[in-house]
Amino acid sequence: MKIKSLMLLTTGAALATTGAMADGHMAGSMTLVSWGGAYQISQQRAYSEPYAEMHEGLEVIWDESSAEAVARLRAMNEAGNITWDLVDVVAADAMRLCDEGLAMEIDHDEVLAPAPDGTPASEDFGEFIVSDCFIPQIVYSTTFGYRNDVAEWNGAEPDSVCAVFDTETFPGQRSLERRPIANLEWALICDGVAIEDVYDTLETEEGLDRAFAMLDTIKDQTVWWSAGADTPQLLADGEVVIGSTYNGRLFSLIEEQGQPVNMLWDWQMFDLDGWIIPAGLPEDRLARTLDFVRFATDTQRLADQALYISYGPTRASSAPLVGNHADLGIAMAPHMPTDPANSENTFLFNYEWWADYRDDMDARFQAWLAQ
Amino acid sequence: MSDATQDGPMLAADGRPLKRSLARALRAQKLRALMLIAPLLIFILVTFIAPIVDMLFRSVENQIVSETLPRTVVALDEWDPSDVPEDDVYAALALDFYAATERREHTRLGSRLNYETTGMSSLFRKTGRGVDDIGEIYTDQFVDLNERWEDPLFWLPLVSDSGWLSSRPAEGEDRPLSLFRIDAEFEASFPRAAEAYETFARTIQQTDGDDPAEEEPWHLVYAALYHDLMAIHESGAGAEGLGRFDGPVFVEALEAVPGFETQSYRAAFEDIDEDWLDLEVWGTIEAFSDPFTAGYFLSSVDLQLTPQGIEAQPEDQRLYLLLFWRTLFMSGVITISCILLGYPIAYLLSNLPTRTSNLLLILVLLPFWTSLLVRTSAWKVLLQQQGVINDILVWIGLVADDSRLALINNQTGTIIAMTHILLPFMILPMFSVMKTIPPSYVRAAKSLGATNWTAFWRVYFPQSIPGIGAGCILVFILAIGYYITPELVGGRTGTFISNRIAFHISSSLNWGLAAALGSILLAVVLVLYWLYDRIVGIDNVKLG
Repeated sequence: MKIKSLMLLTTGAALATTGAMADGHMAGSMTLVSWGGAYQISQQRAYSEPYAEMHEGLEVIWDESSAEAVARLRAMNEAGNITWDLVDVVAADAMRLCDEGLAMEIDHDEVLAPAPDGTPASEDFGEFIVSDCFIPQIVYSTTFGYRNDVAEWNGAEPDSVCAVFDTETFPGQRSLERRPIANLEWALICDGVAIEDVYDTLETEEGLDRAFAMLDTIKDQTVWWSAGADTPQLLADGEVVIGSTYNGRLFSLIEEQGQPVNMLWDWQMFDLDGWIIPAGLPEDRLARTLDFVRFATDTQRLADQALYISYGPTRASSAPLVGNHADLGIAMAPHMPTDPANSENTFLFNYEWWADYRDDMDARFQAWLAQ
Repeated sequence: MSDATQDGPMLAADGRPLKRSLARALRAQKLRALMLIAPLLIFILVTFIAPIVDMLFRSVENQIVSETLPRTVVALDEWDPSDVPEDDVYAALALDFYAATERREHTRLGSRLNYETTGMSSLFRKTGRGVDDIGEIYTDQFVDLNERWEDPLFWLPLVSDSGWLSSRPAEGEDRPLSLFRIDAEFEASFPRAAEAYETFARTIQQTDGDDPAEEEPWHLVYAALYHDLMAIHESGAGAEGLGRFDGPVFVEALEAVPGFETQSYRAAFEDIDEDWLDLEVWGTIEAFSDPFTAGYFLSSVDLQLTPQGIEAQPEDQRLYLLLFWRTLFMSGVITISCILLGYPIAYLLSNLPTRTSNLLLILVLLPFWTSLLVRTSAWKVLLQQQGVINDILVWIGLVADDSRLALINNQTGTIIAMTHILLPFMILPMFSVMKTIPPSYVRAAKSLGATNWTAFWRVYFPQSIPGIGAGCILVFILAIGYYITPELVGGRTGTFISNRIAFHISSSLNWGLAAALGSILLAVVLVLYWLYDRIVGIDNVKLG
């Protein structure tokens, strides 16, 4: 029994390597989990549609539950029934899932395709492989957009993130995410703390008070958002004059919808997003998933995704292939968070620090918000 | 007849006492009735009651500490909280940690304890990465002494129970390996090594399906063996008893151990992270080592469990009492506005001719057929500062253009949107009660000289109270548990306790706290229901 399935598997692998796709041992459907919206559409167009074209009869199901991926995977694991095949998560969640054994550890060089020039995947992705389970796709950032038609600003234009806290020069409503991450860091930077001291300062009671005091100055003029689509909508409606969100959402607001909004790249918060494979998939589904992952993360495919959304590919070899937007025809490179012109001031989350302080900071932040 | 004068119980035709016969007939009837509702009962039990009970159980459950660190918890019983624990606690911790890392449970425990003490999460993750090296110093020295120590097959016959050994499947045989059992004699001679090896063998078998015959024992097994051999050496028992265990190798080891380079378990943990010498870390593990905890409930009412006892949360972290109070207050406001808006409508509907009232009733029901999200989003568009309502107010000159009203992303927004969403739940029971009030009563009152107001207030209104009661209880209890609408329109001042529960379920993954908050909410609802029954009387509630 065991030997038989082993033989089947090796034959399958042999067939796969010779190019004759052995669909026989792969599942006929797969469930991919992502975030919905423009981002998921970019994945569909760049990855799953071309893949489904190559594999007739394959059913691709998309689930928009990535925001709750950790909770759902944990529950699935407790119930012993994993229904997802591939899950798109941010780097911090990937680390958490990996630590808990809910995501499969992979050998990046074995599972992922090398670059066209033969560079192994692990080198091509480089430092973006932040966890043994994480298959990076994109670099995105949380940054600010502002309306460029505000009469009260008398022609002034924000050029630094601190404009958010400057209600004299830039009056009007703001929008910030309803969680402490990023907000506390920005508050401290604008209160004059050096970038390398931000987390050390936050660790002290006085430093934390300082950050909250800074946020206090705009607390009542801020709409606190919890979905990435909120800020673009609020900016478009004229409800807020400046607000934070993901850079891809701002791109679509500015370039696709033509709203009078500009980008502010100063101290953008870098983050990564990528796939994880849930641990404990049955053999046929795992084979299908691995086959798809190899296809969907090769150099060309990652560059393709950037045709639909302004998130930077994580493969070094993909960057030169990034072309013009598929529908608008404008060059995408200048809209990437990694573009040299945009990334003069960038901020990297300290994942370790947030893993420890998340609960405390959140309790304090939510209490502060409610009071 | 003699029957009539007979003493004792009356008998049925079959000679049984009539009372018992009747009881039997009734029992059969009850059983039939039970069988008829059994499918529903089982359905509700399985899909509704059981999951809720299971979820509520999480509010006190805390087995994760004693399950992940079983030996440490026992060893800590003796611990004096004013000083760093003894080395045997660290030895227990090392073994627990080896097994927990293999099972990948240490991070989950770290996250659990991080709710109580900041830094536990990273301490556990860091230790998980470094724990593999504890005891390596002994492995190296044993292997230097004799290479056979490295061989898994050298260990296996020594330590395994002969029954287990003979039950092993032969080469090529496809039969699962039964769970490892330790040899009693080995256990008697080397208690520490036996415990370490058994933990090693069982853990790798259970987590990865590995065979102890193919895996090198953990370094910890060698460390434990060192301590056992040292104990034998110090007791002066000599090598006599060791003959059974491959004599020469053991005798050689017994002679060599006093010369071994050593490292205490405590020092090994200190090497990984100095926090292992921190009393607060140990205090937290000790305080949460019971399988049940009140910690989540305390957090839910802004208290905390510290090694020194129960304390109030720092002022800037108190949140939940405020949210409970706000939830109750706003639900009350929403209920009252529903009564004020719904009563005239229900009155109108119940007094119109049926044709017209049915048509109007459809308008009341129409929102039911529209998605909740659509209705809420519509309010977002209407109420925002640049929205329709503000525009109209500015246009008619009620408010100035630069001081538009903030109607959304605050309490006002939640109250307006939720009043709209819950209004049908108020109108329908009121309507169905009012429909049954005979119009002749009011006419009679008027003919006796009552004014319109008196006739309404003294005759009509008291009869409509059961409808108000039913509407109130529906709307209030629905409002308390709402979370989608407050999340979308509530902003920072208009969110409910349910939004925090949802947050802890899906984002922070603090399911215990979510369960405790939920339990309290459930208790509040039950108490209010009880109060309502005492004051208004639940019998007065009519749904039609």
